[in-house]
Amino acid sequence: MTNKNPDPFPGQVHDSPGGGILVSTLDDVIGWARSNSLWPLVFGTSCCAIEMMSTASAKYDWSRFGFEVARATPRQADVIIIAGTIVNKMAPVLKRLYDQMADPKYVIAMGACATSGGPFFYNTYSVVKGADHVIPVDVYVAGCPPRPEALLHALLTLQKKVRQGGKREKITIDKFWEQPTS
Amino acid sequence: MLEEIGKTEEGDLIINIGPQHPSTHGVLHLVITLNGETVKKVEPHLGYIHRSIEKMSESLSYRQFIYATSRMDYLSSHINNHGCALCVEQGLEVEIPERAQVIRVLMGELTRIASHVLWWGALAMDVGAITPFFHAFRERELLNDLMEETCGARLTMNYMVPGGVMFDLHPNFQRRVHEFISMFKSKIGEYDELVTNNAIFINRMKGVGYISREDAISYGCSGPVARASGVSCDIRKLYPYDIYGKVQLEEVLDDGGDCYARYIVRMKEMQQSLSVIEQLIDNIPSGDHMAKTKAVLKLPKGEYYSRVETARGEFGVYIVSEGKMTPYRIKYRSPGFSNLSAIDHMARGQKIGDLVAIMGSLDLVIPDIDR
Repeated sequence: MTNKNPDPFPGQVHDSPGGGILVSTLDDVIGWARSNSLWPLVFGTSCCAIEMMSTASAKYDWSRFGFEVARATPRQADVIIIAGTIVNKMAPVLKRLYDQMADPKYVIAMGACATSGGPFFYNTYSVVKGADHVIPVDVYVAGCPPRPEALLHALLTLQKKVRQGGKREKITIDKFWEQPTS
Repeated sequence: MLEEIGKTEEGDLIINIGPQHPSTHGVLHLVITLNGETVKKVEPHLGYIHRSIEKMSESLSYRQFIYATSRMDYLSSHINNHGCALCVEQGLEVEIPERAQVIRVLMGELTRIASHVLWWGALAMDVGAITPFFHAFRERELLNDLMEETCGARLTMNYMVPGGVMFDLHPNFQRRVHEFISMFKSKIGEYDELVTNNAIFINRMKGVGYISREDAISYGCSGPVARASGVSCDIRKLYPYDIYGKVQLEEVLDDGGDCYARYIVRMKEMQQSLSVIEQLIDNIPSGDHMAKTKAVLKLPKGEYYSRVETARGEFGVYIVSEGKMTPYRIKYRSPGFSNLSAIDHMARGQKIGDLVAIMGSLDLVIPDIDR
């Protein structure tokens, strides 16, 4: 029987009398558990917040991927979606919010403003040119504002990253001697 | 801040709401002086999303500066673009084709419905009901799809340009608007059942955040906030622009002055917008969707002002031109700023729990206030 789930539980069950034995690594199990219950912080500064709300609502429904528990306080949140422009006055507040979040914490920069300043890059005196000047960002989403599908893709990308222990690519030793040679 | 605390009487408590707070709908910061649970003073602190759009516009051409306005009041982006386009056209002295005028009004009214629907869901969520939020977004998604077909964007459209509209309507537009109208009419009854006639909701809204007619005028309130206090201020009716002069339009007025009156005015405005759309959707004149304009726009030296009615109130654009490719100065009169200034008056003597209902009933969009 093939497993249709693209991201199954990491581990193998070996049958033994009276049940089975699960063989896995702790890192994999923790990453799997974390990735499927990422709680976002309700943080929207401007237009992207509306598209974030669209993603949360019925048509796009991010609860399919375990994101529906949006928290109003950073102390209960795992991921902060920077939905909108960060200006100089807001930057210390964003830093403080990030500091208040409990580890492990992740950041998605949603939209052009949070990524690079976007449409407010030139000729402005108050816009921070990318939220990564203030806090470290894990996933960037392009668009002004990004479509809900783009945000969903970012969320799935973040899940993948979390599952791999926060690394972009999982480092594995390629057992070339076990590969079929055909 | 320390000075302020020093000045308060004994027993007073100063608390901060925001900048990161779900009920401020953005990044508004309110410093509230409380006596027990009673609000004595509310002081809004602005600037957490000040993106210097006005200064930025001074270095952009007359076609380019419009895109920034759809990021100001992003819930009525069409109407903001409309106001800017009108102001530039005033200087260019071009005749706008009738088809473009009708398309502009249609898009504006659809935007107004989308904005009010979102406000309805958000207000209900502010006072503690989660379900309306999902109902609201179900209808809003249809409007977004409809806009996307013609304008190519879901939220920040940049569809209206000096001289008309950027593209012609999508062939599906009329059919989908008809579908939306018939669907939305059945949903409005559902909204009333769910929220308007709900005893808990009425108790939260009635008699809360009262502002009299005189005060609404002196604070410069506009839009549904002023009309709920009986101030006749609908720009579409008083200073009609584009095709509005030929459209049957009853100004929605209420003399309650409280949160519930503001709620009722917005609910009626949705129906009013539907009727405007119904009047126009089958009578879109054929012809050009854009007037012929020069490749590089230059306004003659002088001052230009135009105003439109957004979902929140009067939006004014003031351009000073020196006759160059870029404006010398641009000033926006945003409805949210004046409406927010009345929050202190409305909230004094109310309980702190009611402050959230008052903020919800004002329908604030913070980037519109900070610009």
